[in-house]
Amino acid sequence: MSLRIDLQIISDWIPDGARVLDLGCDNGILLKHLQQRGITGYGLEIDNSKFAACIEAGVNVIQADLDQGLPQFADQSFDFVILSQTLQAINHPDFLLDEIVRVGKQAIIGFPNFGHWQCRWQLTFGGRMPVSKTLPNAWFNTPNIHLCTIKDFEKICTSKQIDIQQRSIVNHAHKDTLGTKLLPNLFGQTALYQLNKSS
Amino acid sequence: MPETVPADSVGLVTPTLLHIDSPLLLDCGRTLPSYDLIYETYGELNQAASNAVLICHALSGDHHAAGYHSADDKKPGWWDSAIGPGKAIDTNKFFVVCLNNLGGCKGSTGPTSLNPETGKYYGPDFPIITVADWVRSQAVLADHLKVQQWAAVVGGSLGAMQSMQWAISLPERLRHVLIIAAASKLSAQNIAFNEVARTAIKSDPNFHEGYYAEHNTLPRQGLGLARMLGHITYLSDEAMGEKFGRKLRNGTINYGYDIEFQIESYLQYQSSSFVERFDANTYLLMTKALDYFDPAQAFNHDLAATLANIQARSLVISFTSDWRFSPARSQEIVNALLSTGKDVTYAEIEAHQGHDAFLMPIPRYMEIVQTYMQHVATECQS
Repeated sequence: MSLRIDLQIISDWIPDGARVLDLGCDNGILLKHLQQRGITGYGLEIDNSKFAACIEAGVNVIQADLDQGLPQFADQSFDFVILSQTLQAINHPDFLLDEIVRVGKQAIIGFPNFGHWQCRWQLTFGGRMPVSKTLPNAWFNTPNIHLCTIKDFEKICTSKQIDIQQRSIVNHAHKDTLGTKLLPNLFGQTALYQLNKSS
Repeated sequence: MPETVPADSVGLVTPTLLHIDSPLLLDCGRTLPSYDLIYETYGELNQAASNAVLICHALSGDHHAAGYHSADDKKPGWWDSAIGPGKAIDTNKFFVVCLNNLGGCKGSTGPTSLNPETGKYYGPDFPIITVADWVRSQAVLADHLKVQQWAAVVGGSLGAMQSMQWAISLPERLRHVLIIAAASKLSAQNIAFNEVARTAIKSDPNFHEGYYAEHNTLPRQGLGLARMLGHITYLSDEAMGEKFGRKLRNGTINYGYDIEFQIESYLQYQSSSFVERFDANTYLLMTKALDYFDPAQAFNHDLAATLANIQARSLVISFTSDWRFSPARSQEIVNALLSTGKDVTYAEIEAHQGHDAFLMPIPRYMEIVQTYMQHVATECQS
C-alpha cells in the first residue's frame, strides 16, 4: 500500500533507526511504514476506533488528548515528534508547539495553508468562509479551529526561537510548482516543516 | 445452560485439582507446607507450548472462567463473554488456564480448607496471601502444565494486579501482559471502602472472630453488607440510574422501612445469593491482598523503576466511568512504561458501567482485546 504523499515526505526526512512520537497517528499507517526501517516509537490518538488497525499493524498506540500537552514524556526523549494535519484542530496550538519541541529533538509539523489564493479569493470576493479540498468543512462543523498561514506559522516559530531546518510547501496534489516556490504563502496548500528548538 | 451448546462456547468443562507437596514460602513469613490448586483449561496446548494464556481472577472470581459445569447451570463462567472459540481470547488458538487463587473458597486451599496440622478448618488462621504469593503459586501451576512462558497473562482489577506482578517478578516467563481496569496501588479511598467491608463482616455477631464454621454458622449479615457496599462502588451512578432509576417494586411508596425501591431489592438479592457462595474469611483475605499491593514500594516508590525490567509487551485498558480504578490510575502505569520505552498500547474505553465494565462485552473493548490477542496468536505460530 502506498503512503499518502505528505507522509512519504515525512518518512523521507526521518533517518533509519530513529525513535519517533506520532501525534494523531490515526490508523498507524505512518508508524507501520517507518517500522520497516527500524524506526520505533509510539502513536498518540484520541479516537480509539482506530486502535484495532494500529494493533493489527503492530503499532504501539496510546489514547491521549493532545490538548493536555505531552506531560507523560520527558524532555528530548524522541528523535522526532510528528504532527501531521492536526495543528489547526488543537485548542492551544502554541502550547502544543512548545511541548513538541520540548519532547522532540526534531519536530515535523504539517498543516493546511490558510493563505492559499483560493482561501483569499473565497473570502474576498465570495464573502464566505473558504471551503477547499484541504479544508472541506463548513465554518460551523469544522474541526479546524486554529487555521494559520505559512507566514503566521513562521512568525510564531521565530517568536518561540524555533529554528526551521527544512520545509516543503506543495499544492493539493503534494507537488511543488513554480508558484509554490516563488510565492509559497499564495500557492502552497500544504506546508511541512522540520523544526527544532534553538540551543 | 442453553439446550444446545453455542458454537462460540467452550461447552462443558471439568475442573482439575492439583495437589502440591512442596512448601510455599509466603510474604507474611509463614509457609504453606502443601496446598491444592483447582484450575480449568480451555483449548489445546500446542507442541511448542507457546500458546498458553493465564487468566487471573478478581476479588470474587474463581477458576470457572468459561463454559458450563453441567447442563443444569444457569450461567456460564465469569468471563465467558471473552473466552471461547472465535471469541476475543480464542480457544481455537490459545490454551487458556484459569485457577482459583490460594486463599479462595472454590477449591484451592484457603480458609475453608482443613489445616492438615490441626485437622480443623483454617478459618481466620489461614495466612494472608499477597498478589506476589499468588504469582509464585501460579508459576508452580505453569511448571506443572509444562508452560515455560505464557503467550499472555491477562487480568482485570485484582486480576490485573496479578498480571502486572507476573511481568515484574518473572519477566522472562510471559510475552504479553494485559492490564485491565487496574491500579499500581490502591488509593486511601479504596482502602477505606475495603475497611468498611471488613468492619461489616467482623462486627457480625455470627463472625466469632472468624471461627464461624466451628459454630456451624455464617456471618451472612456482615458479608452481605460488605458485598452490597462493594457492588455499589463497582457500578457508576449512571449505570444504576439507567438500570433501576427510582423504580418501585410495587408501584407505590408505603411510608415504611421495608424494601420499596427496585435498587434496594436488587442489592438484597445480590447480597443474599453472594453469602451462600462465598466465604467471609476469603473476602477479608482478598481485600487485604488488594490493600497491600504496591510493587513500587520495594523500588523507593518509583513505578518506572519497578517496571524497568518488564520484558512483556503491554496492553493497558481503562474505562471512563470506573471510579474505583479510574483511568488516571491506568495512565500512571502507562506513563511509567512509556518513560522506560516499553512497548505499550493504552485504550480508555467509553463505558457507563463503572468498574464492572471490565467484565462486560463492550464492543470497542472486545474489539481491541480480540485484535491484540490475534496479534499474539500470530506470534505463537511463527
